[in-house]
Amino acid sequence: MVESKQQWKAWVYLLPCLVLLAIFTVWPIINTVRMAFLENYNGLKEAGGETFRFGISNFTKVLEYKRFLQCLKTTMLLCVITVPVSTFLALLISVALNSIKVLQKPLQTIFFLPYVTNAIAIGMVFAAMFNIVGSFYGTENEIVVTAGIVNNVIEFFGGTRVNWINYGSTYLANMTVMVIYIVWNALPFKILILLSGLQSINKQYYDAAKVDGSSKGRIFWRITVPLLGPMLAYVIITGFIGGFKEYTSIVGIFGASMGPAHDAKRLNTMVGFIYDALASNQQGRASAAAIILFGIILVVTLINLRVSNRKVHY
Amino acid sequence: MKVVLQNLTKIFPNRKKGGEDVVAVNDFTFEIPDGKLVGLLGPSGCGKSTSLYMICGLQKPTSGKIFFGDIDVTALEPESRGVGLVFQNYALYPHMTVKQNILYPLQNLKGSDKMTKEQMLERAVEVAKIVQIDELLERKPHELSGGQQQRVAIARALAKMPRVLLLDEPLSNLDARLRLQTREEIRRIQRKTGITTVFVTHDQEEAMSISDMIVVMKKGVVQQIGAPQAVYDSPANLFVAKFLGTPPVNVFEGEVKSGKVWIGEDAVADASGIADRRVWVGIRPEGFILDPDGPLHCDLKAVEVMGRDVSVVSGNANCTAEMVRSIIDADQRKHISGDVVRFAVKPNKIFIFDRESEERIVLPGQEKIAEAIEG
Repeated sequence: MVESKQQWKAWVYLLPCLVLLAIFTVWPIINTVRMAFLENYNGLKEAGGETFRFGISNFTKVLEYKRFLQCLKTTMLLCVITVPVSTFLALLISVALNSIKVLQKPLQTIFFLPYVTNAIAIGMVFAAMFNIVGSFYGTENEIVVTAGIVNNVIEFFGGTRVNWINYGSTYLANMTVMVIYIVWNALPFKILILLSGLQSINKQYYDAAKVDGSSKGRIFWRITVPLLGPMLAYVIITGFIGGFKEYTSIVGIFGASMGPAHDAKRLNTMVGFIYDALASNQQGRASAAAIILFGIILVVTLINLRVSNRKVHY
Repeated sequence: MKVVLQNLTKIFPNRKKGGEDVVAVNDFTFEIPDGKLVGLLGPSGCGKSTSLYMICGLQKPTSGKIFFGDIDVTALEPESRGVGLVFQNYALYPHMTVKQNILYPLQNLKGSDKMTKEQMLERAVEVAKIVQIDELLERKPHELSGGQQQRVAIARALAKMPRVLLLDEPLSNLDARLRLQTREEIRRIQRKTGITTVFVTHDQEEAMSISDMIVVMKKGVVQQIGAPQAVYDSPANLFVAKFLGTPPVNVFEGEVKSGKVWIGEDAVADASGIADRRVWVGIRPEGFILDPDGPLHCDLKAVEVMGRDVSVVSGNANCTAEMVRSIIDADQRKHISGDVVRFAVKPNKIFIFDRESEERIVLPGQEKIAEAIEG
């Protein structure tokens, strides 16, 4: 503990950091709240000297906006599907990785690669994989040039090709691609955390379980999963937070139009909505949407913490 | 259930190229009589824990066989052997309550051994009562003291009524007072259940105090097996003599010459019938008698009063240690005066060992070297 006479020194050392935090973190947060509660707030108009009344119309307008509800739905769906799926897959993969001796390190590296690869680049590769034709698909001038590798595989096994992401594709097909992409992209971080968690579990618990005559499945569910509890909770909570902020992945596959050519913005997310509002100088509406998003993440995280506190305690 | 170990050997192959394999346990043959408490004793790295894990089944012997009764269990997995194991740091499942910990092995039972929920609970309470933790059943392991965790671990090992109970350094994580108390507890539990029990320790006092039998090991090789007192009174070699007893035995360079044991110029014991040779002479601290005419001369350094006894600390040029420590009855103290003390030596407290092989040479009038006794 620093003696009280010395405290001013500590504050001086902290000052540069505090100033930066205040300018770039604290003030923007405060300003966001301010902008959200000013009626029809617009940054340009404010610069022009206009004043705004206090009110909640930004919120009501955002909630009335059909596109916003669509964004909310897409975001929620992606979250609710990808977080459990990727967590469970990551758990299985890390347990498998942990139980092999040969090739563990190279495989670990391979599984970690998506983490260090640019999301847009991965998205473009995925788009190519799920692509169906060269151009004009679904129109009268349709020219079928080639199908992506996914459709090639489907056709190889005798299936009919699916229009995943191109002109005329369905919402279900689009979402399927997004789920696959997001799950795959979310795996490395989760595997990394869970694997290090697994490696820190004392081997004696497994020896004890073996002497106690536990089957492999029981050991997994009764010993491994509970002992991984803190790691699982961490991975799930950060997964949900990340999921609600989903944006880049969709840009990666569909581009800035956030949807297939015939229905742009179909896959727009909460963050996408906020960006769009900012781009059209509706800072008030963007701020209101950001605060709504914050509220949702807060509630979901609190629920997560509550559940994990009940499950994870030893 | 008697446990028979037959030429048990465990070799850990060296991972590096050209390195030597480690022989953890070398040709261990031993029969543990039914219902006895046996202590495997030795310094760290002597193979005692490896032996225990092989009996348990967590490690497979490189060669040799293990029998429980007449059944060969060498190839069986731990769960099919019917053993209970208490780990050094207990390995209680941290996320389960005491009750769940004890229930866990019971819930794993299959086939005809399968129990109903009521039976399991009954059994859990029963073993909890044996180890006196029946009031702690709803607690988590981290809410328990070391001694209590220890008991929970024993209860968990006892729950499925094992044929053999194995304890790996059961007292090493406890403080000195708790250790005394818990070792009595282990003795009591073992007596009460009558389960053949093997425990591993590096603490000779711990092993001697509660075991029916001790096995002294060094570098994977069994040195001596026998009742604790018998091994103490008649060690098979210098290592065993040095390992057992506190304070430890005093070792001197000496020789056998014309029917006497000599330490320097002093003839301390009769050795008639033994050929002349150089030897190590070991004398237990309690083997010294203060005697103004005694044969062994030492330079007096200090006298430590311990109440009942007096510890006379002296020096002798031939002693391998700096000090010769002897324990004398307090009422003999009057004989101490001057710079030189002279001792006579009790004939059953002096051992001589061959200088090279360090094997014991039995002096005339001494009992033969203790071997494994039938229980």
